[in-house]
Amino acid sequence: MLLEVNDLAVAFGGVQALDLEYFSLEDKELRVVIGPNGAGKSTFMDILCGKTQPDRGTVRFREHSITGLTEVQIAELGIGRKFQQPSVFPGLTVFDNMVLAARMKKDVFSSLFFKMTGEFKDKVHAMAERVGLENVLQQPAGALSHGQKQWLEIAIVVLQDPQLLLIDEPAAGMSDRETEKTGELLLGLAEQHGVIVIEHDMHFVKQIANRLVSVLVNGKLLMEGSFEEVRNDQRVIDCYLGRANAQLEKV
Amino acid sequence: MLKAKSSSKLATLLFVLFFAVALPAGHWLGIVSVNTISLWGRYFCFAIAALGIDLVWGYTGIMSMCQAFFFCLGGYCMGMHLLLKATALQGQELPAFMVWNNITELPFFWQPFNGFVPALLLSLLVPAVVAFVIGYFVFKSRIKGVYMAIITQALALAMYLLFLRNETKLGGTNGLTNFKTLLGLDLYAPGVKVGLYFVAFGMLCLAYVACRKIVGSKFGKILQAIRDSEPRVGYTAYRVLHYKLAVFVAAAVLAGVAGMLYVPQTGIITPGRMDVKASVEMLMWVALGGRGRLKGAIIGALLVNCLYSFCTSLFPEGWLFILGLLYVLTVLYFDKGFLGLLELLFKAKRLKIAESIKQKAKSHQGGYKYSRQ
Repeated sequence: MLLEVNDLAVAFGGVQALDLEYFSLEDKELRVVIGPNGAGKSTFMDILCGKTQPDRGTVRFREHSITGLTEVQIAELGIGRKFQQPSVFPGLTVFDNMVLAARMKKDVFSSLFFKMTGEFKDKVHAMAERVGLENVLQQPAGALSHGQKQWLEIAIVVLQDPQLLLIDEPAAGMSDRETEKTGELLLGLAEQHGVIVIEHDMHFVKQIANRLVSVLVNGKLLMEGSFEEVRNDQRVIDCYLGRANAQLEKV
Repeated sequence: MLKAKSSSKLATLLFVLFFAVALPAGHWLGIVSVNTISLWGRYFCFAIAALGIDLVWGYTGIMSMCQAFFFCLGGYCMGMHLLLKATALQGQELPAFMVWNNITELPFFWQPFNGFVPALLLSLLVPAVVAFVIGYFVFKSRIKGVYMAIITQALALAMYLLFLRNETKLGGTNGLTNFKTLLGLDLYAPGVKVGLYFVAFGMLCLAYVACRKIVGSKFGKILQAIRDSEPRVGYTAYRVLHYKLAVFVAAAVLAGVAGMLYVPQTGIITPGRMDVKASVEMLMWVALGGRGRLKGAIIGALLVNCLYSFCTSLFPEGWLFILGLLYVLTVLYFDKGFLGLLELLFKAKRLKIAESIKQKAKSHQGGYKYSRQ
């Protein structure tokens, strides 16, 4: 078991943002989390990556309890987070963005005396090719398009070589072609890493949901199942997609 | 791109040649007075402190308003040594201000400053340790942005008030003065003044090269990353606290070096050098010169101080208005400072030349076609 969550709860100003009884993820599993706005999806990821501290509950990652750890300690343990709003280093080049992210010793002195090796460069170039950024390596990251920033952030997270990737709405603001490419990328990543993806776009969910989809509603887990099961579940249709059910019928 | 690099190299070379050769040569030929030389020597000290501000503010985005305090810590350490030497030279046991304040024996914290080497080391160590302690608590509490500016400003004020007091045993309002010799050399001899000028210039070059190395390293990239997107740096497994602390201490040490070199050249250090205004002025040098560029910090410090000397002798009342106007103009129109403005002008000129070459080529081509027809 890569990740195991028990009785996790957090409230913001009296609103129960998350109240999750149980959640678990196998090694190298890709899980899609869906749910209406305010269902607690991003809050869930915030807790997993140390941005938010839960009110109660336990999160075990590779047999380590990670509640109460700082974001740096959690990142060191091997959880990488891609945010909903792309969070890259806009003032640095795409290349430097990736160099900074890559797994290595990250204390002050190692950084001060870091020497670039050819092998390391190849690693960055290989990653750039994987996310389709090989032609913009010397551009400042701030000048990239929204979709490219999303990919850069995914590259940043993957280069940290985490066992668990938390990917928050990777396809937001992408064209259909880009979305499909992102899906392929995520499926490829899931061969080596555990991945949790939050997504709204049902076409995209259908493309990447190779095992289970978890549905969160009002901070609680409504159900877990394959994409087909979730899609046909009346409760999901009712509370998540509304009565009109427009989006599901299209798929 | 290549051209821009080589022209910037040329400018650097000219800068070094001017201050290392031309200005001292002018002095030896009798054109430049020793006071002018000494004045520039002091400006170099300011430029060293400005480099530190640029590291902290320009590159890391931390608005530290107590750089002048660190500058004075270095300065006071050197000043204490110089004063003890001067006192001994006059055959007295205690500096005059202590006698006036009824202090009967040398306070314990004055003792280490009898030796030159300990004083030298302490003028680096004291700012470093103080910066470490301040930085640790401020950065640990994740104080950022304007709050950082306010806290460091308050600290600078508190320290200023502390140094003003006679009970601090550091000379109070009058500070430390009446220095005589440094390593046995007469501080008022022109040769020594020129020597100190060279030492200050050498230190400025050394500080610049060191900062260049820091900024160019992966460490420097992380500083910029902290400035642009601090949370992401944390999620990328860098301990932001350590990095901020490292750069804050490095800047304090630079300020300490600067203060240490400043005092023997000026012959006095008072709490006035560390009031809030002094720190704000240091930020202004960097902002006016070009924040986030090491050369910008140096140019800013030299230029503003140069201008200060000019203006205060021509129209003493107007200086603050001029500085304020320059600052407002910089903030409104040239956020990359003087250096950014220069580059913009050069770029425009280059583009114009490129354009004219293109047009010439076109008209030439056109002419050729015409003649064929």
